[in-house]
Amino acid sequence: MAEFTLPKNSVVQKGKTYPAPAGATNIQVVEVYRWDPDSGENPRIDTYNLDLDTCGPMVLDAILKIKDEVDSTLTFRRSCREGICGSCSMNINGKNTLACTKDMSDIDGPIKIYPLPHMPVVKDIVPDLTHFYAQYASIKPWIQSTTPPPPDKERLQSKEDRAQLDGLYECILCACCSTSCPSYWWNGDRYLGPAILLQAYRWLADSRDENAGERLDELEDPFKLYRCHTIMNCTETCPKGLNPAKAIAEIKKLLVERKIA
Amino acid sequence: MSLRSPLGQAKGLGSAKEGVHHWWAQRVTAIALIPLTVWFAFKVAVLSMSDYNTVIECIGSPWSAALIVSLIVAAFYHAALGMQVIYEDYIGGKAMRIFAIMATNLLLFLLAAASIIAVVRIAVGG
Repeated sequence: MAEFTLPKNSVVQKGKTYPAPAGATNIQVVEVYRWDPDSGENPRIDTYNLDLDTCGPMVLDAILKIKDEVDSTLTFRRSCREGICGSCSMNINGKNTLACTKDMSDIDGPIKIYPLPHMPVVKDIVPDLTHFYAQYASIKPWIQSTTPPPPDKERLQSKEDRAQLDGLYECILCACCSTSCPSYWWNGDRYLGPAILLQAYRWLADSRDENAGERLDELEDPFKLYRCHTIMNCTETCPKGLNPAKAIAEIKKLLVERKIA
Repeated sequence: MSLRSPLGQAKGLGSAKEGVHHWWAQRVTAIALIPLTVWFAFKVAVLSMSDYNTVIECIGSPWSAALIVSLIVAAFYHAALGMQVIYEDYIGGKAMRIFAIMATNLLLFLLAAASIIAVVRIAVGG
């Protein structure tokens, strides 16, 4: 059922405030969602006053500075710090994005950091993506073909066929799009969501794959696919500038083509 | 509490292998409703100035009656398809969802049937 209010134990409270170091002149306020499953307490918002003169330019730099110098209890995911691993996806000032590619100078006022929306929280800004990854595995995201590969070379692809994968292969599965989608919030248990559907289309669009029919069979479902109502939050939020809504529309077009055209 | 694997939960009962027809029919009826609604609104505006006999005669003419019945079928079918989508989005409980869909379909079917019978009755001069 669609949930519009937070349960009592999830209501966010005001947390601690950490003052800026003495002598700091270029201060940035950073508000971070904190929740520790072991404490039994409600989530809270901690406020950190950081000295930007001794901090890198990105939101991830600020988070790392907090972890290293102010409050080592802060828990988050990060790895590549250059927008290719998808680990540091989080909700920054109301929009899902990657902390490592979000420039602090683009944000006016306090920076507000929350975990990706409507996901179970493991701790602080770390969401539980188990189901998201399982949904990814369920679409069999690998090449499927009956024709054996040539013994002495790769499976070839024309330049035009390869171009079909542009705008799809760049997806890093950060889950920003899926967790921005209201349909995924309400029916994420069955709806695959924009990220997984874009990945599904990536294999439908691959000229080397021979299982388009089986893939479409698996996708044709009121909940797995047709919960998409072209809300476009996915495309709006994608930190890689991709268009999952268009990929989903292409899947719907393929299904119509198979049935009617 | 279930120890079923995450992949097992994600795959669930698998694909229903339907949904294209629903999606396509919703779009076809939406497009059909544009000219039908414009025509009907125009017709009603014109007939609002006329007397009873002129209105009955106009609605009862074969083309008008056929277009009105088409409008009724498209509108109520479109409504049924659309309401089902809304219920599937927002009603989590399976029993409640199935009940809501069936009750709505029954109500819309009755309304459509009554509307069509009314038009046919005028057309055949009942």
